[in-house]
Amino acid sequence: MSWLQKTREKLGGVPRRDMPGDLWIKCEGCGEILYKKELDKTLWTCPKCEYHFRISARLFTPMITDTFVETDQDVVSTDPLGFRALKRYKDQLKQARQKTGLSDALVAGEATLDSHPFLLGVMDFGFMGGSMGSVVGEKFARLGRRALERRQPLVVSAQSGGARMQEGVLSLMQMAKTCVRLAELEEAGVPFISILTHPTTGGTTASFASLGDVILAEPRAVIGFAGPRVIAQTIRQELPPGFQRSEFLLEHGMVDRVVHRQALKPTLSFLLRFFAQARGQAAIGT
Amino acid sequence: MAQPVLEFERPLLELERQIGDLRGFAEGENLEIQEELRRLETKAARMRHEIFSRLTPWQRVQLARHPGRPNTLEYVASLCEESMELAGDRNFRDDPALVAGLGLSAGAPLVWMGHQKGGSDVKENVRRNFGYAHPEGYRKAARLFHMAGKFGVPAVAFVDTQGAYPGIGAEERGISEAIARNLKTMLSLHSPFVAVITGEGGSGGALGIAVADVVLILEHAFYSVITPEGCASILWSDSSKAPQAAEALKFTSSDLIQLGVVEEIIPEPEGGAHRDPEAARRTVREVVLRHLARLKAMDPEDRLRRRRERFLKLGVFDTDPDLTPREPR
Ligand SMILES: [Zn+2]
Repeated sequence: MSWLQKTREKLGGVPRRDMPGDLWIKCEGCGEILYKKELDKTLWTCPKCEYHFRISARLFTPMITDTFVETDQDVVSTDPLGFRALKRYKDQLKQARQKTGLSDALVAGEATLDSHPFLLGVMDFGFMGGSMGSVVGEKFARLGRRALERRQPLVVSAQSGGARMQEGVLSLMQMAKTCVRLAELEEAGVPFISILTHPTTGGTTASFASLGDVILAEPRAVIGFAGPRVIAQTIRQELPPGFQRSEFLLEHGMVDRVVHRQALKPTLSFLLRFFAQARGQAAIGT
Repeated sequence: MAQPVLEFERPLLELERQIGDLRGFAEGENLEIQEELRRLETKAARMRHEIFSRLTPWQRVQLARHPGRPNTLEYVASLCEESMELAGDRNFRDDPALVAGLGLSAGAPLVWMGHQKGGSDVKENVRRNFGYAHPEGYRKAARLFHMAGKFGVPAVAFVDTQGAYPGIGAEERGISEAIARNLKTMLSLHSPFVAVITGEGGSGGALGIAVADVVLILEHAFYSVITPEGCASILWSDSSKAPQAAEALKFTSSDLIQLGVVEEIIPEPEGGAHRDPEAARRTVREVVLRHLARLKAMDPEDRLRRRRERFLKLGVFDTDPDLTPREPR
């Protein structure tokens, strides 16, 4: 079977779990052994320590929507540079598709929550570290265009190691590409809500993810520009405890709220209600 | 000040030194020496051409980082008859690694900004943080972009940085937000805007002032999502594989033209901008002014629309008809 067929099968199949098939899993936060069936109920957060497991886009999407119809899953990378390091980019893409059942690191679609329609993008770290290349940029741009045309809010949940190096400078350009749509939404008075999950770093943080009208973050998520290892190497000193975690960003004024995954749906619902009322007001220019 | 010598230009510099020495002797009409001089000069010209017509990407990286290249303040001094640097982000501090200000160029006002490295001067380089800007630098640039828009004057950015500074303070004060905000600001700016990659175009730290109508690049400069060393240490687990990474990343000026990321390559003096900084500065001025003149003639709304389209169409992807849409759940 070709990878395409396998991918197709997975796209139509059951939602993927990041976790292996066992019944039990050890909490990475407190070491507690947790029953996976229970974790489904707690939205993959630890009942003891509130550790938020990193979950796939397929698993996350229903947690913040009532309905979701995926779009643009046919947009795929073509390996524009013919990139090869220890591995070929083409092979990495193939593996990522097989592993995740996704066509790239952003799942895009049309969603509703409490009858409010919106455009939703959910990134998936499982697909090459959630890196942003041409496909993520294009799918984001399409979501943004629809948000603009329909005057519906755009919501994007980030989970990304940054730009996709294997596409070279083209991946860097996606930072600007996503911001074109955000500039347009700004003028049109259409809201953009950014949700930051673990981890969100590099070019993703330094572009759309930091530009939400409202920015929500899951607890304890690592959010930053430079990776902690690079910073530690550069400054040759220990990083302060909690550095680059959601709570650190909240304290420094970089995010609006740190929201437990179980509270995300009602939080988003409030924001959608708020913006539905506010829509039609003239945007205040920057 | 003594300039560092790059390994691949060493034989050429050695030959040029010999020629210089010989000239010292050739005061008189010594025909033999004249003959030898001509021979060596022919040889040097051939060697120069051989070296610089087939530079590897990694050699270009060395050239792009050469401390003898003109820096932003020098390019500004050539571009503008009169200029005034402005300081501070009105929030936290002034960032010496990213300079900005006002200028009169060919009699017309413009705002300018750029990363500022310290060249061969160690103290100056430390003061400039080696051109690694903090959020304050990007927010100072943002002030200037706003002024450009408010007063309807063009903006010119000079890009030369390995990247934004990876440090605690930079993260605390929102380096991501500062860069991201600039991207959106530049995509809302109604003024003509030209960016020039003069040396290293390093990642988000470069892009943070380079979302322009026209992006120009010096012949030996490069523009990349990551440094070759960084790429090598991540994808090869070995930073000594930087030369291979430099090949793979396709970031030289001619690659960038093909990818549509830059509009024009500004030729450098033979041997690189550090061999004749004055000439490099003059050429940059000419090319920037030519583009500004063209951009100024455009309708502001149309110009902004085109800038947005320019960035929207960057990227390469395909649509796979086999990946049919899922049924709604
Ligand atoms: Zn726990």
